[in-house]
Amino acid sequence: MRKCSLSNLSAVFDKISENLALYIPVDTNGGAKFEKYESGMVMSEALNTVRSAKDFFFPQIEDVAAFKVEGKNIEVVDTRVIKDDFVIFGARACDVKAFEVLDNVFLSDPVDSYYANRREHGIIFALSCSKPVETCFCNAFGIDCTEPKGDVSMWKTESEMYFKANSEKGEKILALVADLLTDGEEKVVESEKAKTKEVLKKLPLSNLSPDKFGGGKTKEYFDDPAWKSLSESCLGCGTCTFVCPTCQCYDVKDFNTGHGVVRFRCWDSCMYSDFTKMAHGNPRLTQLERFRQRFMHKLVYYPENNNGLFMCVGCGRCLAKCPISMNIVKVMKTLGGKN
Amino acid sequence: MNNEALIPQVCVITNVRVDTPDVKTFRVVALDGKKPFVHKPGQCAMISMPGVGEAMISITSSPTNEEYIEFSIKRCGCFTEWIHQAEAGQQITVRGPYGNGFPVDTAFKGQNLVFIAGGIGLAPLRSVINYVRHFPERYGTVDIVYGARSMGDLVYYKEIIDEWCKDSNINVHLTIDREEEGWDGHVGFIPNFVKELNFSTDKTAVLCGPPIMIKFTLEGLKSLGFKETQIFTTLELRMKCAIGKCGRCNIGSKYVCKDGPVFRLDELDELPDEY
Repeated sequence: MRKCSLSNLSAVFDKISENLALYIPVDTNGGAKFEKYESGMVMSEALNTVRSAKDFFFPQIEDVAAFKVEGKNIEVVDTRVIKDDFVIFGARACDVKAFEVLDNVFLSDPVDSYYANRREHGIIFALSCSKPVETCFCNAFGIDCTEPKGDVSMWKTESEMYFKANSEKGEKILALVADLLTDGEEKVVESEKAKTKEVLKKLPLSNLSPDKFGGGKTKEYFDDPAWKSLSESCLGCGTCTFVCPTCQCYDVKDFNTGHGVVRFRCWDSCMYSDFTKMAHGNPRLTQLERFRQRFMHKLVYYPENNNGLFMCVGCGRCLAKCPISMNIVKVMKTLGGKN
Repeated sequence: MNNEALIPQVCVITNVRVDTPDVKTFRVVALDGKKPFVHKPGQCAMISMPGVGEAMISITSSPTNEEYIEFSIKRCGCFTEWIHQAEAGQQITVRGPYGNGFPVDTAFKGQNLVFIAGGIGLAPLRSVINYVRHFPERYGTVDIVYGARSMGDLVYYKEIIDEWCKDSNINVHLTIDREEEGWDGHVGFIPNFVKELNFSTDKTAVLCGPPIMIKFTLEGLKSLGFKETQIFTTLELRMKCAIGKCGRCNIGSKYVCKDGPVFRLDELDELPDEY
């Protein structure tokens, strides 16, 4: 365990950013967001960023390939570039767990090279939560927000930041800033963790459980009449899917730049009516089917294909952002019969 | 960097055949003049014109064809409209093959087979029909039931008459929806035709066609005594990645692009009715 005083944190940032790109959460008019560190930037105190950290590995838009078209001829241009190492500083345990969820999709055969490239070069400094809020329910999915995974785990006290490397990549970065760190006592961190756990116990969603869901439950829930009332007010805006750290559906489109064609992929949303629209019709005609798809995917289909792992990490962003206050917690409570 | 499934290879259209007023068959080879890949009957490929779009199309040629691959495409959207204007020499991009394909070496082996298709639904079945014709010793009797709106809408009409009908172990049963001058064959919808043909249940049935045809034909087959484990069908839903990642072609926990497109009916019945 290593530590530095919070007043020395900017020196740590400066040192890391001299060597590789560093991203820290900063406060903006639109809330906390990860930005590339430049000297003088101050790390946000916010519990979490408005958008999740998935952008680092699965950006909202990225190029797939480019094409040169001349008459009847086509040339494919591989536009991929190997990324440089970069550091994500201050991702929370929920977002870090979400990378595991995304890994199962993008790193399973055939491996998505765009994601793999970013993942390989991303070094994660994960920060323990000290002030979880009422929208938090990561514990429902077995996540300990005081023990975040990642290449380096971090704990923050009133005056200090504690670091523990979990991987070689993490150790390398800590070695880089070794001069700025001193030895930290485990028991300080333990007492911080205990304090947070007390807060967690008192949160309204502390008893939420996904036990009634999981693989093999399609027949049990698919035709549940409750989907109608749950989805009734859904605007189909897709906000939940965009702020979600585990939503990974994407679209592939072409853009004619005037000098050629760029094929790119971008986030898509199962909440949108044209998501499944085909020349001969649409298998998900109403918002009910689209709403159901999103939650069945997270609570039943994904766990069925991924050894029981749920496609939700309880970050609470959808609870905070849904314009009609509908969310996965209400779905779980309603369908699971725990009103 | 590793090979990337989403980055396609360039191929070239070497021949365009007009099959019906809205279906054309495109013969395609890689730039070296050879087949771009080896596929299994019933598999699909993503073909595209950069700037126009990319679409999942079934490979209609049999793997036993060693010269080229073929796609039969109905004009009914953005990309298909474009490719219908394409001529020989036009390059396109191709990636694949994708999907599970028909179980030609397992469940179909030694079986009597009945193929039932409506309209463009014959396109994915043609790959397996010609595969089976290539290895007649591996399979039992073959029946082909094929219907379309009109005579002019029967895809591969020439091939059906000149080749399939001449095979001694194949019985071809054609039907069109309405009476037409010059047609002395059967008139009527496929589901009723299948019931009239009164197939014995010692066969494995393979279906493809519009959803409504599939639905009623399944009922017909069941009324003849066919079990769900004897019936296979091939599906298609909207796809972008074709490798089970973009998240839109799922029926329940299965992705049509990688777990399908071929499903046995009892497997399909386990999935929610959302296709």
